[in-house]
Amino acid sequence: MQHRRCLRAMLEEPSVDDCRLMTDEEKPSAEAGPVPSAPDGPLVRVEAVHKRFGPLHVLKGIDLEVKAGEKVSIIGPSGSGKTTLLRCINYIEKPSQGHIYVNGHLIGEKAVDQAYVALEDRALARQRAEIGMVFQRFNLFPHLTASQNIEIGPVKVLKTPPAEARARAFELLEKVGLAGKRDVYPEMLSGGQQQRVAIARALAMRPKLMLFDEATSGLDPELVGEVLNVMAQLASEGMTMIIVTHEMQFAEDVSDRVIFMDDGVIVEEGLPSRLFTAPSHARTQAFLSAVLRKRQPR
Amino acid sequence: MISTQALALAREWAPQLLVAAGQTLRMTVFAYVLGAVAGLLIAFGGMSRRRGLPTLCRVYIEFIRGTPTLTQLFLIYFGLASVDIVIPGFEAAVIALGMHYAAYMAEIYRSGISAVDRGQHEAAQGIGMTRVQTMRYIILPQSVRVVLPPMANSAISLLKDTSVASLIAAPELMMRANDITSEYYMPMQVYLITGAMYFVMAYPLSLGARRLERLTGKSRRIGTDLA
Amino acid sequence: MNGGAITGGDWARAYEHVPYFLSVLWSGAVMTVIVTAGGFVVSIMLGILFAAFRTGRSRVLRGAAHVYVEVFRSVPVLTQLFVIYFGLGAIGIRLSPIPAAIVGFGINGGAYLTEVFRAGIEAVDRGQTEAALSIGMTKLMALRYIVLPQATRIVLPPIANFAIGLLKDTSLASAVAAPELSFNAHMLVDETYLSTQIYLLVAVFYLAMSLPLSTIVRWLERRAARGQRT
Repeated sequence: MQHRRCLRAMLEEPSVDDCRLMTDEEKPSAEAGPVPSAPDGPLVRVEAVHKRFGPLHVLKGIDLEVKAGEKVSIIGPSGSGKTTLLRCINYIEKPSQGHIYVNGHLIGEKAVDQAYVALEDRALARQRAEIGMVFQRFNLFPHLTASQNIEIGPVKVLKTPPAEARARAFELLEKVGLAGKRDVYPEMLSGGQQQRVAIARALAMRPKLMLFDEATSGLDPELVGEVLNVMAQLASEGMTMIIVTHEMQFAEDVSDRVIFMDDGVIVEEGLPSRLFTAPSHARTQAFLSAVLRKRQPR
Repeated sequence: MISTQALALAREWAPQLLVAAGQTLRMTVFAYVLGAVAGLLIAFGGMSRRRGLPTLCRVYIEFIRGTPTLTQLFLIYFGLASVDIVIPGFEAAVIALGMHYAAYMAEIYRSGISAVDRGQHEAAQGIGMTRVQTMRYIILPQSVRVVLPPMANSAISLLKDTSVASLIAAPELMMRANDITSEYYMPMQVYLITGAMYFVMAYPLSLGARRLERLTGKSRRIGTDLA
Repeated sequence: MNGGAITGGDWARAYEHVPYFLSVLWSGAVMTVIVTAGGFVVSIMLGILFAAFRTGRSRVLRGAAHVYVEVFRSVPVLTQLFVIYFGLGAIGIRLSPIPAAIVGFGINGGAYLTEVFRAGIEAVDRGQTEAALSIGMTKLMALRYIVLPQATRIVLPPIANFAIGLLKDTSLASAVAAPELSFNAHMLVDETYLSTQIYLLVAVFYLAMSLPLSTIVRWLERRAARGQRT
């Protein structure tokens, strides 16, 4: 049963099929528009986000801010919700409660007359174009060559002229060390090579933010290094990155901040140097000991 | 179309259709059993070491799969009659449909057997089983799981294919529908109700087949459930 | 109904008339191809349409497609042909045999292909859609540039198999007097009583049409297996 206000909002936007009323705290004091972010405000703001899958409560109130240029690693056991949180940021998963702002824009929804209504497909796509995502299983398009995988976003979404897109694709392939694989199909590439193409594909859209969802977990051990190197290089160039990972050494080396999540909440966050050596919470300690026990001696 | 007169007439011929539907079911069951057994023999023939037997089986399967059921039925019914072997319509249909589906079932068995992991053969032979014992105790029991959904779908196809027997005047549902139409001349009503009867017989089978598929794991190839 | 088939008298008679048989059967075969092609085109169009309904957002259309598929796959195509040819004829919509056959096979085939197309779309990994969305494509763009091209490769073998099945099913059009291969064969048998010989010849015609198609199917199946490895 939809509230009257919701129905009215949905009538105004006939393509929308989803609506949620604002709680009293959420109601805007002045205008109902995108929350302007001050120049030094956070690039990413996650506000009180909950996510339920049926009876399963996966995210239990996440608050998070990431500044432009910051590299944040999220670690934690499986089932802690870290991947779900990442996927909420580019709205591939829809939060059950709470809001997410990227670059000042409310992601995936808009405020219409005291209710929040799902954003139309085209506007959401435009939001997603500013956020790059790298998947655990690469998800390269198998019917396109490496270069075509990288070009298709700019050409179809940004309407870049094909020649220009192709030149830029070649630049990006060089950047990730795969210049010679321009016209090769994904099935002929190793896992590490495919993931590097996937990173180039995301970079082609010139995103303000890069999300890495366990980017190396699906790789054979000897291929992990080449991908981590690309990610480290990206970090040194100033890209804002949120990295969900099991690679503790990498997280320590590259991040400005590490977040430990468990059971749907952020348990602890802080500088990697501090968190890895002297965590404040028992759960963090327990997780790190379990992980470090499996690590090779340095 | 649904006048009171039409309804009154329908009450006359509908029961006859129901009886004929029963004959359709009988035909389906007989043909299915024949096909399942003959298919097994053909499948084994295809795997045999005797010279020429696999080729013979392969030729048979390709012939059946490359020609319409109708042609096969006519070859058996009229062809045998022309050498003075006269078989009544029902039996001829059972034989023709059975031998038709035997070819398809042989293929189903074959892919079911090859779906069982190679390692099973190696393990069985490693403990000293003969080829026959391996088949009987290890391979065939495991292939049953793979084979059940396509076999269920074959049953549904077979049920629908019995309608072809109407063209040699064998007693089944379509045949009866044709007779009734020529007697009462209400083709729309008669054939629609005939269709409804087929639906009532086939749809539950479809649901059962789909449940079987879910229980035994989804088949990877698209189109295998659409026999 | 005579001993001529055993003693060989029939075979001799058949051998004399082979050119005549071939010309009659040939025109029947041409008609078979026409009916197959027409039915195929209609099936593809209906299959795509109803698969779109089936995977779309409208619950009404999804339900309608579901009913269409279940009904037309549970009733024999022969019955459907008779409803269209005789049934519609009785209420005033008189179709001649060939159009009736094309419509009948088209509607029946459409139900079958709806499921093939639907399964093809669902077989494309969800991660593909997610990746497409993540680089800023709308759902429609993701479908058009990423999902459908991959789904097409997957559905080609079952569609080709369907075409072969349709070719054989057109033999049923003989029951509504469409002058295709089987119908012409029946006529020849009525004329000459040489049933075995003529039906064997008919079988050869069908094999000549279906075997090349089968080879193409096997090639398509090998090709489809290649693209799935990422």
